[in-house]
Formats: sequence, structure tokens, C-alpha cells
Amino acid sequence: MVNSALVIGGGIAGIQAALDLADRGVEVHLVERSPSIGGVMAQLDKTFPTMDCSICILAPKMIECSRHPNITLHTLSEVKEVRGSAGDFRVKVVENPRYVDPVKCTGCGVCSEKCPTKVPSEFQMGLGTIKAISVPFPQAVPLVARIDTDHCLYFTKGVCKLCERFCPSGAVDYEQEPREVELNVASIIAATGYRLYDPTEIGQYGYKRYLNVLTALEFERLVCASGPTGGKLLRQSDGEHAHRIAFVQCVGSRGHRVGASYCSSACCMYATKEAVLIKEHEPESEVTIFYIDLKVFGQGFQDFVSRARDHWGVRYIRGKPGEIREDPRTKSLTLWYENTDTGEVAKTEVDLVVLCTAMLPHESSGELAEVLGIETDEYGFLRSKDPLTSPVETSRPGVYVAGCCHGPKDIPESVAEASGAAAKAAEVIGMSGTGGD
Amino acid sequence: MAESEAPRIGVFVCHCGINIGGVVDVPSVVEYAKTLPNVVYAEANLYTCSSDGLNKMKEGIEEHSLNRVVVASCTPRTHEPLFQGACEEAGLNKYLFEMANIRDQCSWVHMHEPETATRKAKDLVRMAVAKAALLSAQEEPEIDITAASLVIGGGISGLTSALSLARQGFRVHLVEKEPELGGTLLKLDKLFPSGEDSLELLRSRIEAAESNEKIEVHLSSRVKSVKGFIGNFDVEIEEKGETKKLEIGTIIVATGADVLEPDGLYKHGENPRVITQMQLESKMREGSLDDVRNVVMIQCVGSRCDERPYCSRICCSEAMKNAKELKEGNPKREVYILYRDLQTYGTHYSPLEWEAKKRGVKLVKYMEDRPPEVSTQDGVTVVTVYSPMLDEELRLPADLVVLSTPLIPRPEAKELSQMLKVPLNSDGFFMEAHVKLRPIDFATDGIYVCGTAHSPKEVSESISQALGTASRAAIPMAKGRLRTQAITSVVDETKCSGCGTCIELCPYNAITKDEMGIARVTAAVCKGCGVCGASCPERAITMRHFTNEQLEAQGLAALEREAD
Repeated sequence: MVNSALVIGGGIAGIQAALDLADRGVEVHLVERSPSIGGVMAQLDKTFPTMDCSICILAPKMIECSRHPNITLHTLSEVKEVRGSAGDFRVKVVENPRYVDPVKCTGCGVCSEKCPTKVPSEFQMGLGTIKAISVPFPQAVPLVARIDTDHCLYFTKGVCKLCERFCPSGAVDYEQEPREVELNVASIIAATGYRLYDPTEIGQYGYKRYLNVLTALEFERLVCASGPTGGKLLRQSDGEHAHRIAFVQCVGSRGHRVGASYCSSACCMYATKEAVLIKEHEPESEVTIFYIDLKVFGQGFQDFVSRARDHWGVRYIRGKPGEIREDPRTKSLTLWYENTDTGEVAKTEVDLVVLCTAMLPHESSGELAEVLGIETDEYGFLRSKDPLTSPVETSRPGVYVAGCCHGPKDIPESVAEASGAAAKAAEVIGMSGTGGD
Repeated sequence: MAESEAPRIGVFVCHCGINIGGVVDVPSVVEYAKTLPNVVYAEANLYTCSSDGLNKMKEGIEEHSLNRVVVASCTPRTHEPLFQGACEEAGLNKYLFEMANIRDQCSWVHMHEPETATRKAKDLVRMAVAKAALLSAQEEPEIDITAASLVIGGGISGLTSALSLARQGFRVHLVEKEPELGGTLLKLDKLFPSGEDSLELLRSRIEAAESNEKIEVHLSSRVKSVKGFIGNFDVEIEEKGETKKLEIGTIIVATGADVLEPDGLYKHGENPRVITQMQLESKMREGSLDDVRNVVMIQCVGSRCDERPYCSRICCSEAMKNAKELKEGNPKREVYILYRDLQTYGTHYSPLEWEAKKRGVKLVKYMEDRPPEVSTQDGVTVVTVYSPMLDEELRLPADLVVLSTPLIPRPEAKELSQMLKVPLNSDGFFMEAHVKLRPIDFATDGIYVCGTAHSPKEVSESISQALGTASRAAIPMAKGRLRTQAITSVVDETKCSGCGTCIELCPYNAITKDEMGIARVTAAVCKGCGVCGASCPERAITMRHFTNEQLEAQGLAALEREAD
């Protein structure tokens, strides 16, 4: 039996699963599509209810992954083929070129300084820019630059090469090719996360038409000290400080027309957290959360909401706004709503609207399910073998799931589940190490 | 290398490309370092962390017979282990290494003031050198880990943990206080979302546990005492009146929760038509509901209130499932659910809401400050509730009023928490080490928690967590040995007055009193956090690698002025 496992997805669930297995002596291959591990949690500002800085508690785990003798990181990589069975899978992974030699690059940033081309930063949700060659964010793991070939002048027009000229360690390599790697693993854990619903199609909310309507993840970057505005709540329309902010819950969730019909589980609490962040920055701000049902079903959630309402003065209104309209002159936004607790129909004007959008299956979900030989559920998430009795198993023995790839959940649930999937993966290997009998 | 020799300190100052070098005048910091006491060598590196930089460090150690090394660069959080590794490769104990953070805490935050930044970098280097001169080598002792787990609680969580650990090859002692395994699920009917029979689910797992030769089941048993630490717990259990001693490596707490009995709420105990969801499940299992026409369920009975502020997570889904089944049993039944906020969530539990609605279950929201009332009018039980949506008071006759009451901590949780020296939260449930990233660990190494002992949760969530603890507990046992911290606290016996302040404050329960009444640190458990040292009124406690002398020297160096 090979003493190794494959973990697909380098978000918090994948990181936890990889560390659990590696710590007990299993050789782990951690495959991540993007240039860095970290996932969505790396983009969050704080985490409720402790208000820990998200990247500050995540980064040590990311670094542990990169330093761990039992973990091999494959970033910019995708799983293309899985053959064999539990205990003896043969996996084909394609590592896409980064055009920078990860062994030589020290992440110093000289290349980005010299690069003339700015591109929207995915990490900053497009609210800020990085250069066509850059490390995606300061805490990225691996801390290695990468060339965005869609924008790089050399790749698009055949000119420039400034990065190659100035790189002090000679790490730039325009000739890199995709590389195929064959892995032999005993078990596989899919932890590929989710994607957020794009609310553009809900015309009455004006997302993308109105500059001051943001999604919650965009807002996380805006409110973050390492974000594009240094944590200042500046409006996209005029750079003015936003003092009146409204959150709209269930955008694309709990509906049968657009998005997803289920409740996305985490939004009521992260909206409350974001509301408290605003109040912490500026207690005089007026913050309103429009909700249908306040989901407070986790440990400490009700306390947190009560604190937000009673201590911080966050206003909770039961009712989903029917329409958001922009004042063409001031670019401020008016929300029309029915307060279903009082039956009152009212409107309110704010400087900024945050849409808390549904958590949907990741774009790669269907394709990955096919590669892994497992099923997706009626929504497109990876399907558990039995959502009640075998939540982390799938229809294929030896293949397990953890985190949001099989349904929305919050960070602690993803972490606990990742350890759970690691236990199942270890059962396949059946190792008890030196101490077992 | 003997640290008792006169200190010979080498200082390596990193440019970090432009990160430090672009702001701080690195060559002048190097020159300054050479003037400091005990420094015999200093150099600049473009990247001290590159393989080239590390080689130069090793060469420096050998050529100049360095017995202390200072690197002035980035943060120890990411790079200290790397530099310490290079020291070890050159034959130097890794605790003879010190780091000055002249990037995150200097060049980055003072990027527009290069001169001041350079001065600060020199200050930081001077401080590190002052501490380095007083460093001494430290050892990281190893302890053996017994490859056996104690799982406390034989419900679905404990069964799941025990089975997974056994499949991974470890011995398990499964301790259940009742005469049979199964826990709370023994009392339930069908389980959502899949509708599987609760007893069927249990049966297969109980059989598997009882027939697994690695699992020793202890029924009608309770944990009497726990001593020791990770890998080396001495546990006493009382099994059917008899005391047994067990040698245990790791412990999993899976003791579950109780269901609140709503005595005095909504006429429960007074009016026999008022029952709990749990009682409803029993009736459904017995099939004794034929004449029940009108059912009113009330949510948040004894939860989300001042006394119990938490939401019990599972009651909305449970009510939806039971309401749906009542409608399926007889579509002519009127079933109301009176709720405050619906807590059906995710892809598995949200559909229960639509299915209940589709079958005609009526959902009525009530206000926290205007809860429903149960009364008897002309022999008929009636629930009155104000609906804010309709702005009117509804009068609902009820053959059964079903109260959704929360899961509450078991009364014995307190005693167990004291025995294991792990905390409970303000609601009385077991409290994890970190709410986000260590959801199933306790702060004390080698002890883990899962299921409803931690907080109310669904069966599937308990199973996920239980498997999770089976991974966490397996890690030290699979390794067999554990390298412990070198940075631990040390008690000066001549100064300790035995006041016990440190014992109270230690977050890891690493300190006990010996027979002389003197504080004793269990090095294997100590994390070197320093709380005891800071609080000791007799100044009897110091931290290895952070001694008072070292910190004083570092602090005094901060106040000195640059000599040049």
C-alpha cells in the first residue's frame, strides 16, 4: 500500500486535510488551481466572533504546508485523470507554467516594480491592481511571482522583457511549458470550495450598473487594512467615505427564480461581522441589514448578533428590498422594502449597498466529478455518499470530500470536516505508525 | 558548541531585495553591528534565506568559530525555522540563534523615512545582539505516546470516533455510562435529511464496535479520574462498581447533550396535550397519533432567551421533518409551526422547509416580545399567537402542542471538564481551543471534542466532527513519539511560596503542586506562553530562552544610544 494521499484544493479545508495527513506521516500532494494556496479565507478581513485577522491566523498554516517535509505543493495545477482504486490510484496532474522558476524566485518584488503593465487583482476582487508579473498577494504560498500571459507585453506583443532583465536571481523563464505529473496515491480528498453567485442578472439591484453596489467579498477587501483603500470605506463612484451602508441578505439564495434555492448558511453571520467592522472603524455609521430569517444556528451566533444590535447599534430589518435605485447625481442608493415585522412599506437612502450572495458549486465541480468518477447533487455540488450517515464519503471508495465543495458551510465546519476526511483517507492506508499494534 | 565559552556572535543582515535594502542602509547596519560587544563577524546578504545566503551563514559559523548567530531580516514566524536549521547543520544548537525583524517592523512601516528606519534597524540589531550574548543551548525532550484512545460517550459521535480509530489501527476504550450503546439516537424515530431509521443507523455501528477486537466497550461505566498528559494519561474508570486502570494516549470527549424538559413553559406538565418534539417522535414511532387532527408546534422554547441565549440549531429542521410526516400520515391534519427565525440551512436542511410548505404545513412567525400562549377553553386546548405579518391574533385549536426545546449541556459535563482540566463555555458546553481553526481540539494537547457535547448539531455534523477527532487523536499516536517544546517555564524552588497563582492562570494546565506545596511544571504540557512568569508574585518563574536576564539585556539595549 502506498503511504500517500492527494488533496485537491488549497483553501482552508484542503490545507487542514493535508496537514492532518502529513503530520501523521502520510505523503501528501496538495493540488491547487490558482498561483497560491489560501482560498477564500485568505481574502477575508476578520473572522467572527473573535474578530481575528483572517490572513494572520491562516498564514501560519499556509506556511506550514509549504515547509512540511511530507507535503508537495502543486500550484497552478489541475487533476486531469484518476485511474485505479482505493489504495492504489494513479493520478495525472498538469502543472501549468508560471514563467518564473519557483526554486530561484525569492518573491522580492523587483519584477513587479519594473513591469509596466497593470492588471486587475483577482485577490482584491478587481478593486485594486497588480502588475502582469507579480506575487498574487503578500502572504502568498508559494511566495513566487507569476506572469499573467493575457496581459504581459512579451506574451501579447513580443516586447518588453524588463522582468527578465531586472530579476536578481534569473528566475524568469518565458519558455516554461505545462508539465504532466503522475502520482500514485492511496486516497483522494476533494476540497475545491465554492463560487459566489454573480448578482448582475438581478437587474433591480443594479450590481455592475451602480458603482456603489458591491458583493460581500468585494466589501471584505474594501474594509481590509491590506485592501485597495487601506481599509477606508471609499465609494467607487467618487472616492468619498461611505457612512450609510445597507446589507441585503439572500441575494440568489432561498429563491426559486435565480441562483440557489437553499440557504447559504454563512451569510447572516458574515454580514453581521462586516456590519460590526464598519461600526468599529466608525461608530457613527448607520448600518442596516435586510434579512428574511436571521440564521443564528451556530455556537455563539445569537450572542454575536445581540452584541451587534444592542452594543454597536446595527439595525436589523426583516424584509428583502424589492429594488435599489441610484441617484444619478450623488450616486447614492435608495432601497425600497417592506418591513414584514410591521407591514410598513418604506425606503431608505444609503451611500453603499453590500449584496450577500449565494454560495454555489465551484465552476470546476462538474468536470472534477467526472475525473474523480463521482456524482454531483441536484445543485451541482459534489455528492456525499449519504448526507446523513457518510457525509465525507463519496460513491467511489477512497475518494472523500471536505468543505464547501459539497455544500455551503462555515470555516469551523470545513476544518472539522477536513480532519474527518483525513481520518477516512488514513483508514484506507490503514497505517497505525510505529505506535500501533 | 559550548555556549559557556565567551560569546562569539555573527550578524547577518538581509537586504530582502528592495524590501529592506530599498529603505534601510544595510551596509551601514553591517558596519554598526561590527562595533557591538561580542560581535566578531558581520555581513550583508541579498537574501539570507536563499540557498546561497544559508551557505554563507554556515561558512561564517565555521570560519569565525561563531557560537551565537543573529539574523536581521524578516519575521521569525516564517523564517526562524529555516535559519535555525542552517545553524544546526553547522553544528550550532538552534537556541543559540536570535532574529531581529528589520522588515515587517521597520522597513515596511517606515518606508518613507529611510534615515529613521536605518537608525531603528541598528537599535533592533543591538537588542538582538544583547540577548544573543546571554543565550544558552536548549534540548527538546521526546516523550513516548501510548497508542490507545479513551472515547468518553457511546452515542453516534463516540461510536464513529472509536470505529475510525480502530480501522486506523489503534486500540480504543469506549466508555458509556448507560447499560447500552447508542445515546440520544435511541430515542429518535426517522432521521433527516435522508429519512433513515435511527435505530437501524445505530445497530450497524454498535455491532461493528462490539465485534471489533481493537475496541473494548465499557458499559455502565464512568471516568473516575484522569492524570498525566498527552501520550501518558493514567485513567481510572468505574465499570459496574469495579475500578479499572487504563493507560491512554489520547482522549475524545463525546458525551452528548440532554434535551431541555420544558417544565412550566406553555403549560407543559400541566396539560397532557402539551408535549416535546422528542415525545412526538416516540408517539410517531409507536404509531399512536391516529386521532390527532390539529397540531401546533412552537419553536425556541427555552432557547434564544435570556437564560439560554443560544439557538439550538436542529429544532427547526426537526419540526419541519415531523410536520411533513404528520401531513403525509394524514393530509387533512392542520399543522402549524410558530417560529421566530427559520433555521433550516444548507443544501440538506433547506429543502425540509419547502417540502413542509408544499404539504400544507403553515408557518407563522411570532415576535420575541409577544410569544404564543397556550390555554384551555371549554375543554379544548388553544394556542393564541400574534402574527406581525397579518397584524392579527390567531386562535389555533390543538390536539397536540409540540414544543421544540433546545439541546442543553449534560449536568455531568462540569465534573468531567474539571477532571480533564478543559473549559466549558458560558452556555455550559465544552469549549474548543480556537473557534475557527481548532474547532475539535482542546487547548490541552491530546484531548479532543466532538458532537453535541460541543454544541447542538445535526447527526451528520456530529459524524463529521467525530471522524475529525479520530484524525486529530491519531496524529500523535501514529508518530509514537512527540518532541516537546524547549521553551518552557522553570520554577525556582527556593523562591516559590506555593500560592498557586500560576496553577490558576496556566491555560494548558501544565503546573501542579508537589507534596512540598511547590509549583511543578510538566514540561511536556507547557507551551512557554509566559503567563505564569508574568503573574508570579515571588518572581520565582522564568521561561527558558526568554529569561529575565536576557529580556532585561534586550530592553536595556533598546534604551542605549547608537555609539557612532
